[in-house]
Amino acid sequence: MKRLLQVNDRGIYCERADVYIDPWQPVQRALITHAHSDHARRGNGQYLCHHDTAPILTLRLGTDIRIQRVSYGEPIQINGVTFSFHPAGHILGSAQIRVAYKGEIWVVTGDYKLLNDGLSQPYEPVVCHHLITESTFGLPVYAFKSPFAVYKEIKDWWRENQQAGVNTVLLCYALGKAQSILNQLREETDVPILLHGAVANVNGALAARGYHFPGQWMETEPVTKAPKGALILAPPSALGSPWMRRMGNYRVALCSGWMQLRGARRRRGVDKGFVLSDHCDFRQLNEAIDLTGAEHIYVTHGYESQFTRWVREERGLPAEIMNTLYEDMELEEL
Amino acid sequence: MRVFAQLFEAIDSSTKTSRKVAAMVDYFDRVSDEEKLFAVALLIGNKPKRPVATTSLREWASALAGIPSWLFEESYYAVGDLGETLTLLMPQQSRPEETPTLKAVFATMTALRKYSPMEQRETLYTFWTTLRGTALFLFNKMLTGSLRVGVSRKLVINALARHLDRDEATVAHQLMGKWDPLTTRFTDLFPQQGTALPHHIPYPFYLAYALDREPADLGDINNWLLEKKLDGIRGQLIRRNGELFIWSRGEDLLTDKFPEFGPLTTLLPDGTVIDGEIIPWKDGHPLPFARMQTRIGRKNLSAKMLQEVPLVMVCFDLLEYEGRDIRHEPLLIRRAQLAALIDNPALQRILLRSEEMAFPDWQAAADFRERARQFHCEGLMLKQWQSAYGVGRRKGDWWKWKADPFSIDAVMIYAQSGHGRRANLYTDYTFAVWDGDTLVPFAKAYSGLTDTEIKSLDRWIKQNTVEKFGPVRRVKPVHVFEIGFEGVQASNRHKSGVALRFPRMLRWRLDKTAAEANTKDDLLDLLRLYGQ
Ligand SMILES: [Zn+2]
Ligand SMILES: [Zn+2]
Repeated sequence: MKRLLQVNDRGIYCERADVYIDPWQPVQRALITHAHSDHARRGNGQYLCHHDTAPILTLRLGTDIRIQRVSYGEPIQINGVTFSFHPAGHILGSAQIRVAYKGEIWVVTGDYKLLNDGLSQPYEPVVCHHLITESTFGLPVYAFKSPFAVYKEIKDWWRENQQAGVNTVLLCYALGKAQSILNQLREETDVPILLHGAVANVNGALAARGYHFPGQWMETEPVTKAPKGALILAPPSALGSPWMRRMGNYRVALCSGWMQLRGARRRRGVDKGFVLSDHCDFRQLNEAIDLTGAEHIYVTHGYESQFTRWVREERGLPAEIMNTLYEDMELEEL
Repeated sequence: MRVFAQLFEAIDSSTKTSRKVAAMVDYFDRVSDEEKLFAVALLIGNKPKRPVATTSLREWASALAGIPSWLFEESYYAVGDLGETLTLLMPQQSRPEETPTLKAVFATMTALRKYSPMEQRETLYTFWTTLRGTALFLFNKMLTGSLRVGVSRKLVINALARHLDRDEATVAHQLMGKWDPLTTRFTDLFPQQGTALPHHIPYPFYLAYALDREPADLGDINNWLLEKKLDGIRGQLIRRNGELFIWSRGEDLLTDKFPEFGPLTTLLPDGTVIDGEIIPWKDGHPLPFARMQTRIGRKNLSAKMLQEVPLVMVCFDLLEYEGRDIRHEPLLIRRAQLAALIDNPALQRILLRSEEMAFPDWQAAADFRERARQFHCEGLMLKQWQSAYGVGRRKGDWWKWKADPFSIDAVMIYAQSGHGRRANLYTDYTFAVWDGDTLVPFAKAYSGLTDTEIKSLDRWIKQNTVEKFGPVRRVKPVHVFEIGFEGVQASNRHKSGVALRFPRMLRWRLDKTAAEANTKDDLLDLLRLYGQ
């Protein structure tokens, strides 16, 4: 029997409805979990995504793409298959996609996290039979604390740097983490918050959806230097680029789940690593399985072979690897 | 341990040496002599031996974390460091935090070795569930015998000198030798100015930097002593108070490993310290270093081994003569005294004076260096005749001028994700040479590329994978790299029939196609010419 969802050389495919979820090769009709570049690629005939994802797609892929916007929970019928989007807690507008046909329910998590970050629509478990889950941090060495505890560490560090008379550069994903951090800095109006163009662009696009964030774009022209004590948000790729010369005297930190490992921290040569992740850690991945009540687990990008074995042997659930081409681009974006 | 953990964090989070030194001085100024002693031990790498077998650590930690052992291993692979893995896998505990003193932790490390497995496990569970954060990490790093703090010995000496208000050379000397913080007092280690050091303490070794300029820039070749750079163990031979001590540069006391030096106790006069290279030597020339390694590794030296791999010390310097420290004298004088001391038929089977290579000019020296391997050496050492014997690594008077490594152009055929520093990046590669129209793997290498090159190669690998098995990917045979190595040996464990010493990537040959890579025959030619 053909499965409702399966992977082919283009993406996660629903043959019955003839649509793809997060395809990596161009297709007619694509359902997009969220706007990160490895999940939302160019060249598709039509994009179906959440309202908050749409402006980022146009920003990244151009205004001429065809987009159908949906709300969370809104059922979409395609050839008798019911699709609906549900909050994934990963970034603004990120969704798990539920696929139902004749009483059989599948859920594709896309990227997700269970912890509330204060900005993204919080994760809602979706009961299903078949769960296709990511596994970016699918090893028990990954155990993340609440983002709010990390926000506090970041603010404390910024203050410490201000006292030392140096600027603070935070490197983080321009889409997602940048906004959830800025969202916590609304009260910090006494010292300037400056943004790399990549972050400013995303903020600009999200303004169309009524989201507004503190911070101003550090324009390329005229070349000004950051004032003392400033906080600057930039994507990781800015590290080592000429752009950083404008930071004057600064300390730089990277915000990422990968910062959990000393090695990853040291390889980037940053002064500090904040363990801030938009993905589930090992415990959350397990909790999600419990919450969905899924009986079949398919594991995609990340530690797929390890997490699959864990689910199969230690949790006694049928689990298999689903080979997809998503690659976590967090540390190399742009 | 709390204050030391803060020091560790300060050092770990800074790349500037000035900040690291400042953090150490500040720390030394604040803590007790007792704590200082243990901290210095950890800072310079004088750490307790691993007290518990790692298999036990893995087993007990898996049980405490509630995971099967295979998942522990996978986690370890991803993290790349056992101490860190143990730390990350400890469950968040409800037991109240405790912060033992550094001394208590050191004492535990020593005591653990004598405990039964049951007692060991109980002790570890107590520490694992009551230590937090950096303290827990430091504990586990000591437990796995792998604690390294990101400061060089030189920086520690610098900070101690500032804290104690003494000059660095004195502090460096006082820090030499093996000392156990559990049986030493801080004031024993750093006695009042003018007090003599214990007689077994070696002098700090003087080290050379790799030559970073044209030899012609060094001036007249006649102002320099040129010696063969030999491949052995740098050692310091001490004959004082009727006793003989042989220290390695790693400050291991190796006296017992070298019974052939025993007669020196009577043959050398009291108050003698010689610097040299200990190497296996037979029939007038050195044997391969690998032979020495097997010998060093043995617990008991058989008569056969002693006969097959006899050792000598090739002496290049005299640091103490008739009980006087003569390190400040010019090399010319020290060498003359060395000659007078050891050019003695009774010593010739054990102590050889390093050969003073005579070249008419730098060009002749350069020619020799290029062919150094044919003369059983790695290149040349250059030492100014007027130089004093310094402390640590200094630029200017002493240089090492090594021969270029062997090199072979090879095709990358497999890539493996690294761990630790390089987790989730493809950084470990397998290289092959042509044997007819098939590619035969012959070396693995993971160092030599820049971060930018690694990143772009990583991306290419992910897009050009032909097959995946676990962490390994077979990739399209496209990219050619120049592989450098220090030696070549026949090996029947390798498909190619050769084993290389210290293979590494010298260059990414983007200008070459796979077809232009070297062949297995080229490798075998090298083996014939230079094989060991
Ligand atoms: Zn994502
Ligand atoms: Zn993803």
